[in-house]
Amino acid sequence: MSTQVLFGQLLVGLINGSFYALLALGFAIIFGLLGIINIAQGTFYMIGAFGGWMLLNYFGLGYWWGLLLAPLIAGIVGMALEKTLISRMYKLDHIYGLLLTYGLMMFIMGTFIYFFQTAPRPYPVPPELQGGYNLGFMFLPKYRAWVVLVSLTFCLGTWFVIEKTSVGRNLRAATENPMLTRAFGINVPALLTFGFGIGVALAGLGGVLAGPIYSVSPIMGGDLVIVVFAIVVVGGMQSILGAVITGLSLGVLEGLTKVFYAQGANMVIFVIMFIVLMVKPAGLFGQEK
Amino acid sequence: MAELSLSISDLHAFYGDSHVLHGVTLDVPAGEVVTIVGRNGAGKTTTLRSIMGMIEKRTGSITISGQNVIASPPEKIARLGVAYVPEERGIYATLDVTENLMLPRKVNDSGMTLEKIYELFPNLHARRNSQGTRLSGGEQQMLAIGRVLRTGASLFLLDEPTEGLAPVIVQQIGKAIELMKAQGHTILLVEQNFRFAAKITDRHYVMERGRVIDMIPRADVEKRAGQIQQYLGI
Repeated sequence: MSTQVLFGQLLVGLINGSFYALLALGFAIIFGLLGIINIAQGTFYMIGAFGGWMLLNYFGLGYWWGLLLAPLIAGIVGMALEKTLISRMYKLDHIYGLLLTYGLMMFIMGTFIYFFQTAPRPYPVPPELQGGYNLGFMFLPKYRAWVVLVSLTFCLGTWFVIEKTSVGRNLRAATENPMLTRAFGINVPALLTFGFGIGVALAGLGGVLAGPIYSVSPIMGGDLVIVVFAIVVVGGMQSILGAVITGLSLGVLEGLTKVFYAQGANMVIFVIMFIVLMVKPAGLFGQEK
Repeated sequence: MAELSLSISDLHAFYGDSHVLHGVTLDVPAGEVVTIVGRNGAGKTTTLRSIMGMIEKRTGSITISGQNVIASPPEKIARLGVAYVPEERGIYATLDVTENLMLPRKVNDSGMTLEKIYELFPNLHARRNSQGTRLSGGEQQMLAIGRVLRTGASLFLLDEPTEGLAPVIVQQIGKAIELMKAQGHTILLVEQNFRFAAKITDRHYVMERGRVIDMIPRADVEKRAGQIQQYLGI
């Protein structure tokens, strides 16, 4: 096999891994803070992508505006849903949150299919990021490098905010002991709304980034969420760092599997999940209870 | 900031279906130290948690300087200037010592600075970058008390601050509580260590089975010593 093919698949894996990392990170924040298994995470990825597409086609706002506004739109939709529906699930078993977000996913996806059908719609690469670099051993499209860069920056930035700032300190405290944290004068319900908004905005960002690569379609996030769920389980349900590292590395592993054993590419992540659950049920970066 | 007073009347509290407090009535005048004594399960901790708004199902009236807070969420009550030191200490494992100290939201600028708190508890300064739950039991209690000194609160709810601690650490904790008292703050203390509490307490309430059954002012403590021992089952 040629090195072209190998590096090509490595890059595809890294790109997929970047999306996995963004979605898994948001998923882990939401589960840690709210105890909600957000099956609709892929839906917010789709909302982000459609947000970008609509801004371009209805308002003439290009990619850069899309990159800024679409995650914001996804975040605001998410916060409205948290306030009205999801916050009612906190006192119930995790399964209710999962069922509710599953229902939300079906509803939102169905609505988009009704209005836009399932055929993919193109969302162009911005002129500034067209073309690429010839690295000698492979050709690196500028836009793909950009996706990896933005994703890594936001993952690291989110990690930094959570670990090193006072907002992150309050978020960690609210995750660990919500009632006591409220008794220290911190408005935890507002923090939960905010946390859900951040979690789904990360998915929305992934969606806009994905638009030029995969095109935009109402069904684009449906399959992704299953992979993301597996990644979060492998990384450790509440682990921020685990979500990011596992997302990227399993994306790459999936790419490599395509090279060496193409038939296994679709299931390698689930095989890994199976093994990790057998050996370390709390996940690679999770805390055993 | 004016010192806060606390007045509770006919307080009932429930954990799910179980009725835990059956009409608690007590008064904590501004600037006084009031201690609740009683056996395990008498409802002392539940009383403090109800005042803090941490028990959702509660009825009756709890007024803090005239304001009824029976329906207020914990964050609102904390922002009136009420500080809580829980029995289980409530140190966060995901926060280091400094972050634990900085967590409670300030209500005004009259509280101690971080430096002053470290001066009061030098052990904490030495371990300021450690994960909160890596501390010894005594250090965790210092952290739980130090944490509420920064906010400028003036009504303190302390749940068994000396429980399970070595005498030398009890002394240090005692020093901090005396400092609160000297600053004129209002304190509601739950304490099993009667000797420790009697030194600083203005009045004792005795609780049994979710009710207040007696009140013993400071002046009567000596002459009613026998009865107190009976209450506590010593």
